[in-house]
Amino acid sequence: MADLIAADAGTIGEPAVNISIFAVFVLITLVITFKASRNNKSAADFYAAGRNISGTQNGLAIAGDYLSAASFLGIAGAIAVYGYDGFLYSIGFLVAWLVALLLVAELLRNTARFTMADVLAFRMRQGPVRTAAAISTLVVSLFYLLAQMAGAGGLVTLLLGVSGEAAQAFTVVVVGALMIFYVLVGGMRGTTYVQVIKATLLIIGAFVMTVWVLGKYGFNLSALIGGAIDSGGQAVAEPGAQYGLSNVTRLDFISLGLALVLGTAGLPHVLMRFYTVPTAKDARRSVVVAIWLIGIFYIFSLVIGYGAGALVGREEILGAPGGVNAAAPLLAFELGGTALLGIISGIAFATILAVVAGLTITASASFAHDIYASVIKKGQAPPNSEVKVARITAIVIGAVAIGLGILALQAGLNIAFLVALAFAVAASANLPTILYTLFWKNFTTQGALWSIYGGLIACVTLIVFSPVVSGAAVNPTTGKSTSLFQDVDFHWFPLNNPGLVSIPLSFFLGWLGTKLSKEKPDAVKYAELEVRSLTGIGAEKAVQH
Amino acid sequence: MTPPTDRKLLTPEEYRQAQASPEFTELRRRFRSFAVPMTVAFLAWYLLYVLLSTYAHDFMSTQVFGNVNIGILLGLGQFVTTFLITQLYVRHAGRSTDPIADEMRQRLEAHEFAGPREETPRG
Repeated sequence: MADLIAADAGTIGEPAVNISIFAVFVLITLVITFKASRNNKSAADFYAAGRNISGTQNGLAIAGDYLSAASFLGIAGAIAVYGYDGFLYSIGFLVAWLVALLLVAELLRNTARFTMADVLAFRMRQGPVRTAAAISTLVVSLFYLLAQMAGAGGLVTLLLGVSGEAAQAFTVVVVGALMIFYVLVGGMRGTTYVQVIKATLLIIGAFVMTVWVLGKYGFNLSALIGGAIDSGGQAVAEPGAQYGLSNVTRLDFISLGLALVLGTAGLPHVLMRFYTVPTAKDARRSVVVAIWLIGIFYIFSLVIGYGAGALVGREEILGAPGGVNAAAPLLAFELGGTALLGIISGIAFATILAVVAGLTITASASFAHDIYASVIKKGQAPPNSEVKVARITAIVIGAVAIGLGILALQAGLNIAFLVALAFAVAASANLPTILYTLFWKNFTTQGALWSIYGGLIACVTLIVFSPVVSGAAVNPTTGKSTSLFQDVDFHWFPLNNPGLVSIPLSFFLGWLGTKLSKEKPDAVKYAELEVRSLTGIGAEKAVQH
Repeated sequence: MTPPTDRKLLTPEEYRQAQASPEFTELRRRFRSFAVPMTVAFLAWYLLYVLLSTYAHDFMSTQVFGNVNIGILLGLGQFVTTFLITQLYVRHAGRSTDPIADEMRQRLEAHEFAGPREETPRG
């Protein structure tokens, strides 16, 4: 195994096999996307798939959206290398869904049309709140995109045998171009079908690997963990391998935990999926299906992660191109050789494409619907022009994502960790405002603006001045710092994840802004919001074709 | 593009009447009496788990059987409670809130909250 990696300039398996499996996936999904594009005329079709997706399908699509490269590669890698501390990611990511299920999904489906801003601006002054919500949507989506693109580049380096910065950059460009194509042609319906297929493949793939790994250890969890301990030391079974080093890293762990559990229900691309089903009950059904699929998948990743630690080995993973993110593909190669590696990496690649497409459509919908149609054109945009603007925005966002992806790739950040930052922004800027809007009668425009901008600015500022961006210690294995920028140090905030500070701050600012507000809350609009959110009267209907 | 033609919009007054009605008060009470305490409970349980993992290293590393320690069991316990709460919510919604919500929606569509017990002029 080690010889193979060394001999082949950092590639494992047969690049030709990997490329062909991936090409098959791209071809199949392209055909489906074309078929889905027939009914893509109106905004409801383009953004919300005509609200005709069934609850179960949408549950699969949500799982597809959520089980991004971060979940598959990042979590398995974190468990393989850090053991127990990696496990926390999956628990936070899963428990977070209860916030969405109990407090957000159905109420949102009942009150909004296309975007998160629809509900946030419902009983507020439209212009300022929509603008704020759209900006925050764009920032969260870009962070998330960054993680996915970095994952794509790293994966390709490992699997397709391309190395060198130019070749990696080229791969990121190809991924970006493909995703723009899916979004332009397929809209939300095409994107949904791609997610459904991908989620199915991913869960089956993870299931096969899980059974395979467990089979090697006589279906005994204790023996599997024992294998991981033999290879990585006792620490992998206990908390603290990654975060237990000092008081600062312990606080960082809590900050991460908070961001994970409160982030999901504020992720715009997750919220947007609730609009693709006909009714609130279907939205509930989709979250329930998603919770089961995601939970079962994370149990698989626990086994896959420990399996990679035991069978591939910690040092091997850290030394491979792609680093921590390479654990699952390396394990696939160890288990099933070239064929399984090709299948698993094809799935992982498909995962990235599908998630990136979902993010792009969310960001472009938010710009076209909230900024262009509602703020710039004051709701007077000519029919079809909104969708046209959304398509143009998708191209721009794709281009930005490509640029950022190349940057992130070269820094070699763990993608689960990058995604955790997107969660921190979502939990800080979006969730407090969503909850206040839905449940607090006296919430005002000023409160909404303070909590969105306050949470957003605090969160992004703290990230910029954290070790993520500059000044992290140099990793002796790779000789590089884990920061985005090498050789500079302007950090003063000690934690990698800002959630511990920025989330409570945003809740506080929403409360303070409301209390100091001169204008009275709009009681009439709140009555409408409350009655609509709980009864479903006046909710947007599915489009009839 | 979404034509609001065949949808009869409700007036602000109807929403106010509906919001003030006893059945809506009951609907809101039933919804919140499940969602709020349950949210507090699962967040507290999750944060307890995170804090234990961070500050109670030795306790979490206590081996229960073989190499499986308390930390891993509590972690798997988070999965179990998440699945459990999901199913409890589905049952609660189906039995307790859906019937009121469905009934109120039908009456709102028929404009039965339009005024203090008067027939609405619009059919």
